[in-house]
Amino acid sequence: MILCKVVGSIVSTVKHDAYRNQKILLVRPANPDGSVKGGTMVAVDTVGAGEGNFVLVASEGRAAMELLGFTARQPLRSVIIGIVDRVNYERAAH
Amino acid sequence: MKLGRITGKVWATAKDPKLIGLTLYVMQPVDEYDAPLGPEIIAVDTVGSREGDLVYWVGGAEATFPMRERQIPSDATIVGLVDRLDIQADGMA
Repeated sequence: MILCKVVGSIVSTVKHDAYRNQKILLVRPANPDGSVKGGTMVAVDTVGAGEGNFVLVASEGRAAMELLGFTARQPLRSVIIGIVDRVNYERAAH
Repeated sequence: MKLGRITGKVWATAKDPKLIGLTLYVMQPVDEYDAPLGPEIIAVDTVGSREGDLVYWVGGAEATFPMRERQIPSDATIVGLVDRLDIQADGMA
């Protein structure tokens, strides 16, 4: 899983059935100190995350299948599985 | 999954039979401000998107699962059309 910050949401009418009735959010991978990095990703929310939240994102299809209750593999892999309250973190000295 | 902007179309007559009937697009992965993320790639369309559309797509093994009846040999599959993005004002921070 990776840490991400929720930066927005997607409104989408035409989509694959696996995405029907799902909240689709835009997230950016984040460092443990909260700064964002990397390219924007699209993730399906399962925990009620909102914009600005730090979240835990699983980006592997089997996790999505478990969480969303799919009985067959679906073309969906990134899922928000938790809202992060706090990270205790000290950057290792190099 | 990621966002992408469709920039072109690919015609390939000789291809794996599992891809017959599916449209192949040239797609530029982008961020929420339409800035490019990496090189352009070819993606299989499953939702009826058109050139110029902003879409979201899935990569990896999950790209092979859009059809119930068969797996397709794809590593990037378009799974939705974006009507609108709602972006947080300080998203660039």
